[in-house]
Amino acid sequence: MAAQKIVLRFSEETADQPIIYHLARDYDLIINILKASINPHKEGIMVLELTGKHYEEGINYLKKQGITVHPLTQEVVRNEEKCTHCGNCTAHCPTRALYIEHPSMEVKFNGDECVVCLMCVKICPVHAMEGMI
Amino acid sequence: MSVERTYQEINERIKAGKAVVLTAEEVIVKVREQGVKRTAQEVDVVTTGTFSPMCSSGAFLNFGHTKPRMRMSKVWLNDIPAYAGIAAVDAFLGATELPEQDPRNSKYPGEFRYGGAHVIEDLVAGKEIRLRATSYGTDCYPRTKLETTITLDKINEAILFNPRNCYQNYNCAVNSTDRLIHTYMGALKPRYGNATYSTSGQLSPLLKDPYFKTIGIGTRIFLGGGIGYVAWNGTQHSPGFLKDDEGKELSPSGGTLAVVGNLKQMSSRWLVGTSYIGYGATLTVGIGLPIPILNEEILVNAAKTDKELFASVVDYGDGYPQGEPQELGLVSYAELKSGKIKMLGKEIPASPVSSYFRAREIAGILKEWMLKGEFLLGEPSQLLPGSDKYTR
Repeated sequence: MAAQKIVLRFSEETADQPIIYHLARDYDLIINILKASINPHKEGIMVLELTGKHYEEGINYLKKQGITVHPLTQEVVRNEEKCTHCGNCTAHCPTRALYIEHPSMEVKFNGDECVVCLMCVKICPVHAMEGMI
Repeated sequence: MSVERTYQEINERIKAGKAVVLTAEEVIVKVREQGVKRTAQEVDVVTTGTFSPMCSSGAFLNFGHTKPRMRMSKVWLNDIPAYAGIAAVDAFLGATELPEQDPRNSKYPGEFRYGGAHVIEDLVAGKEIRLRATSYGTDCYPRTKLETTITLDKINEAILFNPRNCYQNYNCAVNSTDRLIHTYMGALKPRYGNATYSTSGQLSPLLKDPYFKTIGIGTRIFLGGGIGYVAWNGTQHSPGFLKDDEGKELSPSGGTLAVVGNLKQMSSRWLVGTSYIGYGATLTVGIGLPIPILNEEILVNAAKTDKELFASVVDYGDGYPQGEPQELGLVSYAELKSGKIKMLGKEIPASPVSSYFRAREIAGILKEWMLKGEFLLGEPSQLLPGSDKYTR
């Protein structure tokens, strides 16, 4: 089967668990980590390319650990006209792709850092962040 | 000799293109460079700005009479109910009103994608709005049903009237509980995972005139991209000060404004329909106030910096919902704007809900208007409670 690109979101509790080790050892999956932002006791995010015979079992294992998994099939864009630079999104962006520049206090979006967790799409109060398939 | 100016003198200078106008950010630099005395001699007006969600907002609309006439008793605009318990074709559209069929928080957290505030934004943007009305019919107003479309330029009047805007200061919100909560201060992560704050700090209008020495009924302002006025004190107006442990007055807090203006000259860039998931719809309003530098004392306050202005940190997970808010401490706007605050021995990421970037733009626009002679100061016909000159 072809490699699947997926996004994993870790909670504070799961961020320091040896999850990837188990994916490799117990499910014999080939793992290519494309992006990761993991710190102990903090919410984390990881983008993986995953292949192997036991792919579905591996995904089930992740979900059982309380890790949310979704496919990386989208990209996030910002509607510059709509964005009011309020900054509300910046606290919820796990990779700091959305950040406030100082001293201008302008909200910047660095698409290269985005892992498509879609949190900003959900919470942007003026719906300036859009998920594109 | 210390400086004294009158509104009339400043307005004459504005008309002559000679007024010296600085934004609240610029005047901070000026005072740092050359001191209060010299700055007060030079500067006529300091401009402020805020661009923030302000729920207590709405618009009075008069649709004009239909043929045959109708005494509209129920009104919907794009399916959002407007209050029609006033004269025949008048209605008040509130910013936070939702369509009757909106699921609200029944599927938590609700999205609240379209409310009264979004209708106001669409109206101001010149879009067509569906108007639906019903009535019981009278001898003089026989019509009982209406379905049509309106645009802002085709209706008689549209008056933005916001009973509580421009909060002088606002809580910094955190969440002590074990779950993510959704509030009007945005989503708050569990266990003090983040902090949110509002107001534009050193640019914020009422933080820069703490004793309401220049702001009162009739003060002319930037409102929603056009010109508006302070109509009254806002609801829940209770000006006072946040105090430190020794009881020293640290930062003004508690004042609010009721503001009014002709919606037809406003812009959808400065009146933006806004949705807080799990909470509701609201209107992000752009407001800018000019502070006339009538004397040195007014300048001292108008030049206060983010380091000298404080917000109270409040737990929105516990206490606040029960009506027993617990103040966890005070943090300066400088600290908040740095993106991190220290509280309860933790470092908590802080983010705003109000746009400092666009607040700066408002202060700049108001300054330009005055430099071009297009905007004159409105002298208050009465000052507000909180001013030592206030009399009932």
